[in-house]
Amino acid sequence: MSYFWNSQALINAAYLVAAVLFILSLRGLSSQETARRGNLYGVIGMVIAIAATITTNSVLGGKFHEGWMLAVFGGGVVGAFMAARVGMTQMPELVALLHSFVGLAAVLVGFSLDLFGDGSGGPPHLIHRVEIFIDVWIGAITTTGSVLAFAKLRGKLFGAKVSGTPLLLPARHMLNLSMLVGSIVCAYIYAKDGNQIGLQVGAAIAAVLGVHLVAAIGGADMPVVVSMLNSYSGWTAAAAGFMLGNDLLIITGALVGSSGAILSYIMCRAMNRSIWNVIFGGFGAAPPKAAAGGPAQPAGEVQEIDAAGLAERLKEAKSVVIVPGYGMAVGRAQHAVREMTEVLRNRGVNVRFAIHPVAGRLPGHMNVLLAEANVPYDIVLEMDEINSDLPETDVVMVIGANDIVNPAAEDDPTSPIAGMPVLQVWKAKLVIVNKRGRAAGYAGIDNPLFYKPVTKMLFGDAKDAVEKVVAALKA
Amino acid sequence: MQLGIVKETRPEERRVAASPTVVAKWVKGGWEVAIERGAGDSASYPDSQYEAAGAAVVDRQVAWGADIVVKLRPPVMHPDGTCEADQMREGATLISYIFPAESPALLERLAVKKVTVLAMDQVPRISRAQKMDALSSMANIAGYRSVIEAANRFGSFFTGQITAAGKVRPAKVLIIGGGVAGLAALGCAKGMGAIVRAFDVRPSVEDQVKSLGGEFLTVKIAESGEGQGGYAKEMSKEFLEAEYALFREQAKDVDIVITTALIPGKPAPKLWFADMVELMKPGSVIVDLAAEKGGNCELTKPGEVIEHKGVTIVGYTDLASRMPHVASDLYGTNLLHFLDEMGGAAGHKIDHENDAVRPALVLEKGVKSWPPPPMKKAEAPVAPSIRPSAAPALAPAPVPVATKAKSHGHGAAAKPPSKTVGMVMAGIGIVAAIAFVALRYGKADALASESTRELLQHLTVFVMAIFVGFQVVWNVAPALHTPLMSVTNAISGIIVVGGLLGTRTDGVLHSSTIVAIAATLFATINIAGGFLVTRRMLAMFRK
Repeated sequence: MSYFWNSQALINAAYLVAAVLFILSLRGLSSQETARRGNLYGVIGMVIAIAATITTNSVLGGKFHEGWMLAVFGGGVVGAFMAARVGMTQMPELVALLHSFVGLAAVLVGFSLDLFGDGSGGPPHLIHRVEIFIDVWIGAITTTGSVLAFAKLRGKLFGAKVSGTPLLLPARHMLNLSMLVGSIVCAYIYAKDGNQIGLQVGAAIAAVLGVHLVAAIGGADMPVVVSMLNSYSGWTAAAAGFMLGNDLLIITGALVGSSGAILSYIMCRAMNRSIWNVIFGGFGAAPPKAAAGGPAQPAGEVQEIDAAGLAERLKEAKSVVIVPGYGMAVGRAQHAVREMTEVLRNRGVNVRFAIHPVAGRLPGHMNVLLAEANVPYDIVLEMDEINSDLPETDVVMVIGANDIVNPAAEDDPTSPIAGMPVLQVWKAKLVIVNKRGRAAGYAGIDNPLFYKPVTKMLFGDAKDAVEKVVAALKA
Repeated sequence: MQLGIVKETRPEERRVAASPTVVAKWVKGGWEVAIERGAGDSASYPDSQYEAAGAAVVDRQVAWGADIVVKLRPPVMHPDGTCEADQMREGATLISYIFPAESPALLERLAVKKVTVLAMDQVPRISRAQKMDALSSMANIAGYRSVIEAANRFGSFFTGQITAAGKVRPAKVLIIGGGVAGLAALGCAKGMGAIVRAFDVRPSVEDQVKSLGGEFLTVKIAESGEGQGGYAKEMSKEFLEAEYALFREQAKDVDIVITTALIPGKPAPKLWFADMVELMKPGSVIVDLAAEKGGNCELTKPGEVIEHKGVTIVGYTDLASRMPHVASDLYGTNLLHFLDEMGGAAGHKIDHENDAVRPALVLEKGVKSWPPPPMKKAEAPVAPSIRPSAAPALAPAPVPVATKAKSHGHGAAAKPPSKTVGMVMAGIGIVAAIAFVALRYGKADALASESTRELLQHLTVFVMAIFVGFQVVWNVAPALHTPLMSVTNAISGIIVVGGLLGTRTDGVLHSSTIVAIAATLFATINIAGGFLVTRRMLAMFRK
């Protein structure tokens, strides 16, 4: 019996089942109807994979069960606790933090394997050494990169304030290149005869590289950073698979890696940017204006509107489009927005939401927030679906969004966001922009939308402002 | 290049192929235009106007001897087997109506003369070619004229009036067929104040009818009459019976019936029978626009106006020709666009790849090239729109073409960058092949080759998995990007397998075991956190 359960063939079969379940899981996540089932497939696959691994000789046949049992249990509890506690607006931070855990685990596995050696006291074999180095290297980049992304999204780390703006060192490309060369040297030292110094220094360089890569990216590019790190964490797992000679890890890692890469690519294309430009810290490099003179100063006069005035206009409107942005997330205004939507819909107004692909700080961020607030997803539309309807729209409400509705992207070829597809809200009959203050947007550029004749500004905290509008609508 | 405009020789044909306005544009575009003396007389365009526009007024023979001859009607065949186009030079081009399916004798005769023939009636009904679609231009005129003919023979007002002398009820007009002619008639009758109803078998016409202020009638049987190229197709028996019942009911009520039903390549369908005519009130008028193809009304006599039990039936086949002034101008404009499409005066050529021109090419240097081969890039046929120039009140009603040229966003419309993917795959394949060859034939100690074989195996799996990942993830809905990311995050916690495997120990607590346990801990946090948070998010999505 014990022979049967320990048979490598059975374990491989279990791994295959797990791999297929993971593929089905990703497949399921591609549409709303099947998404929940997809998640379930993932859980089942994971349970099968862990169970199969535990039954192997090297785990179950070992003599120190308390260790891994405690780790699995502890990790499960901590993870569950984090998942239960996190607010939907903090989702980007959580995702970034979780990426760093994958990276860290991979680094640790790599070191563990190195310490284990070839099983008889000597260092691991040559090819294994190369694989270990690659695993640790990618893992270290993922770890520190994700931690920094987490800190940037959160705005602080261990009490210290972390700025979201890109850090652009003068010779950063040279710096990256020299770190890459240094890593190769370390890899050679380690691979040659298993000198652990090589591995350790290599990991340290990778850790610095991870910080530097993410530090150079910021602002509107944060969604891309998060999905790039998602991709890195996949490649890390795949590298670990090579290292351990484990196909399940390779398959899973490659799935996650390519999925993250696609998401990044999609994001970049949505912003009309080259993915290389984003990965190697390009955004700040493109606009010399912003780099030289800081954020552009707002120019021109704006017209203001108050909640009561807006409510009057909304009552007369037949169609209303709401454009949410990060400001709605920050202000936790999604429930107030949903309430306003309901009031308007009950009055027979056609209310829809327009979601720009890079609204928020995470791909699909706005969709998650609106879903949390119980906004039906069939009135939540993509940019391409709604842009052509905007000219016939009576009122467009821009809540805490800025760069994604900036007409400069289309009109001003010198603008840093020139060529990025934007929601053409200025074509509507009336545009209401809700903003906390008069500052420029996250990308540090002025927005000519605010000075257009069709635009009226509703200054104030998003939640506050929308709640006032709701009260005025009900009155 | 010389362009010759010849006089139409068919009796009752009053139109000419181009108006002086069009000629002026040709001259400006570099054409050398010659027009047969008196060609425009019947369309109220005297020779002097053509001369003023820059054309030479010439004899018949000279006009026929041009590089390109344009006319309206197909060349007339003489009883002795000769043809009016015999005067053309060998290798010259003729552009006119041809109706190639119905006139094989004409085609043969033209082929003998080794001329190139482009048929204006074969210009495809795609949105790009609308500006060259002479059939639609003429149908628009015919539709308008049909209402005028009806009004001319109808003994009452179209619009309802309340006068001191009493109340006049408005005329009721039924239009059968909502194509270009039908819609033009609808707009015209509506503009004159009548109550207008339109019947069509194609449900898509409903919006167009309503947009012009008409009432849409159809049969409630689930069958769409949408055929190829914006025309209707033939319907089933049940459908037809229901349709006839509807017509009989309408016959008692309406004053004017205008029928425009045509099915390409077939005689006009009979749908207004003698008993329906007899159900109509005396003094009513029927105008049959399908008269040339035999007529939609059973009693229609093509080319004539008859009376049957007090009901006038107009069977004119030359309605467009009855408005020669505007018809010549519109036809000429269609010709102008057609010649421009072929490169204008300077770059005139026949491009077989041009999907607006190729279908019209009937003979090329005497070689028959009709019917055309199917075009590679098919464009969705559009319902022909009516020319706004003739009836400004008419809303053009082209059906929007469904294909999106460019998609910025992502989601269902996004296409994988298959080229990039392919190149990456090819690159990986080449690297793997080189590695294989190098290791296979290079120095190979037993252990290394064992490990390399394994490595190559893993590489295969790796590449396959990347490919699967691309395929599976590409069509994810944008709204699900965050859940997708958190689920992939959880899945990448599979690294726990590595941690677990590393906890192997022989009883002594090695440093490697402790590190592996730490790895397991972090990986499990990730797994639990990732899956649970995804679940939480997905639970929130609702329709």
